[in-house]
Amino acid sequence: MEINRRTFMGMLGAAGLAAAVPKSQAEAWESKAKPDAFGCLVDLTRCIGCRKCEEACNAVNGLPEPKTDFEDATVFNEQRRPGEKAYTVVNRHFFEQGKDSGLAPTFVKMQCMHCQDPACASACMTGAMYKAENGAVVYDVSKCIGCRYCMVACPFEIPGYEYDKALSPRVMKCTFCFDRVTKQGELPACVGVCPVEAITFGRRRDLLSLARDRLSKDPDRYVEHIFGEHEAGGTNWMYISGVPFSKLGFPNVPDRPLPQLTESIQHTLFNYLWSPIVLFGILGGVMYMNKQKNKESADSRDGRPRRQT
Amino acid sequence: MSHSFQPVAKKFWTPGVIVLAAFMLAGLAAIIARLAGGLGYVTNLDQAHPWGLWISIDVVTGVALAAGGFTTSALAHIFGRRFYESITRPALLTAALGYTFVALGLLFDIGRSWAFWKPLVYHNYNSALFEVAMCVFSYLIVLYIEFIPVICERFKDRFPALGTLYNQMDRILWVFIILGVVLSCMHQSSLGTLMVIAPTKVHPLWYTPVLPLFFLLSAITVGYPMVVFESSLSTKSLKLKPEMHVLAPLVRITTVVLGLYLVLKLADMFIRGTTGYLFTGSAQSNAFLLEMVLGVIVPFVLLLFDQVRRSPRWLFIASTMIVAGVVINRVNVFLIAYAPQTSQQAYWPAVGEFALTAGLTATLIFLYRLAVTYLPVMPVEKEAIV
Repeated sequence: MEINRRTFMGMLGAAGLAAAVPKSQAEAWESKAKPDAFGCLVDLTRCIGCRKCEEACNAVNGLPEPKTDFEDATVFNEQRRPGEKAYTVVNRHFFEQGKDSGLAPTFVKMQCMHCQDPACASACMTGAMYKAENGAVVYDVSKCIGCRYCMVACPFEIPGYEYDKALSPRVMKCTFCFDRVTKQGELPACVGVCPVEAITFGRRRDLLSLARDRLSKDPDRYVEHIFGEHEAGGTNWMYISGVPFSKLGFPNVPDRPLPQLTESIQHTLFNYLWSPIVLFGILGGVMYMNKQKNKESADSRDGRPRRQT
Repeated sequence: MSHSFQPVAKKFWTPGVIVLAAFMLAGLAAIIARLAGGLGYVTNLDQAHPWGLWISIDVVTGVALAAGGFTTSALAHIFGRRFYESITRPALLTAALGYTFVALGLLFDIGRSWAFWKPLVYHNYNSALFEVAMCVFSYLIVLYIEFIPVICERFKDRFPALGTLYNQMDRILWVFIILGVVLSCMHQSSLGTLMVIAPTKVHPLWYTPVLPLFFLLSAITVGYPMVVFESSLSTKSLKLKPEMHVLAPLVRITTVVLGLYLVLKLADMFIRGTTGYLFTGSAQSNAFLLEMVLGVIVPFVLLLFDQVRRSPRWLFIASTMIVAGVVINRVNVFLIAYAPQTSQQAYWPAVGEFALTAGLTATLIFLYRLAVTYLPVMPVEKEAIV
């Protein structure tokens, strides 16, 4: 093993250069939220649990027939999750309402929240999950290798996986009807079919003012919380409700965008590969010096420890 | 190289090797079932638990336990402690085999195995997993290159061209030796970064932003104990002399890193205020206590004693505890600590998952045995130089 003086000096130079880079280039983490993105506002006080949204979703996306018929209300006896066979599901929750009126149900439609800074897209090693300009979090199966890290990363625990397919399983989740909205200028299937206008489609910032409007006009009807305004750094699907969200099966999610910490770690350490280059330079230097030392003292102890244990 | 290595002239088909072969057949059956029937057919993975035994043992633990490769090569080749050269080759072989099986395990775990090459074309620099994949892939190549001299040495008499290659390699090998250490530091730590994106799912006893530092430190910690563990087992099963004169001073370094790890772990717990979770009696708190007491505190205390470091048996016991501690830690972070809020049932690996993991491990040991029998990997036996 030979390291001559010139290579060594070269390495030191590269290391020095690399060490200078991060200070000027390491920028603070910035949200990649799309400024003019679409979103949906779900008003849980309006939903009647008709499951027309589920039916329309399955039809548009070519998903299989569900186990329980769309007309069959017994499906509400258990809590379901969106998964590989259904991009959206509606669950029912019962609450005491006043003294005399007994139990009143609240129906909750669940699907991908289309985060402004999606953890799944940040985690995906090939970029098969990505945030589109129109606000949708889109899955490109042609880049997917099936590592399922998106499922680990998602704080809303949404993406499903086709475990039963032997060779070409896919990650399955709501597409925000990406093609219908972008190419055909139509509404997402679930929004278009809803008979009680429980879901409003629009620009995210318009939806936020609509939500605030409803909350301020009818404070008795709603709890003071727009779910998705801040959760996980803000989501493009948002909810307002008459019942606290923690009682409706909504997961507890921090307000900061989940990719912020990991992306900061990755970029601080590895932008322009500065730290590996510096480490390479340092180790090269150490190796060179030890080589010289070993050459000078041929009768050295060969690094043998001073005292035997 | 001042040290010489030689093939081990011992009988190959021992009863132990035959047992290995049986496990290998079981693993092969699991692989066939996986490829024919899909992940759902052989695993208990579900929508809430996308990562199971294969990721936590075959991949994450596999990478950690192969750390003997870069820690010994750093010590002997970079920091110039040539006294330790005798252990570099067995460690290099373990690392090369270990990473080969990490790649194989990953290949069967990803749903679209045929698409394994796609990260080479499509890059997401935000993804810690992308970095891990690139580093593991590059390091595997580096390990194979570092192993070329071993092959050359064995066959250079029969093929003179290999002798020339051997001499040429000697001049550029330093690049790969350093590269191996750099790549290892990168992905050993980034394996910890993987779980930092899931604060709502990973139990607070383990979830910390400095998880990458803990993963790197524990990988460095486990490097030499893994060498002791393997050396003890192989000298015993091959009926060679224990290399105590090398192993005993080696673990002195381990004691220092292990102590540092312990201090940082405790500091992290107090800073984040997670001590309240320690004695709740839940599966997680018990698993954490087991990991810290059995895998860190007890071996640390043991290694402080001169008698422990002098005794082949006790050195083996302490080293095995450290190795077990790292295995438990990786399984804890990736399985036990992982509790999604919507999870309806706990995950327990299926028979097929155990079979594939056992099969891959058995194949690794089998190939190690094969390699030390036919290649110059084990140091030439000689009296300890004191």
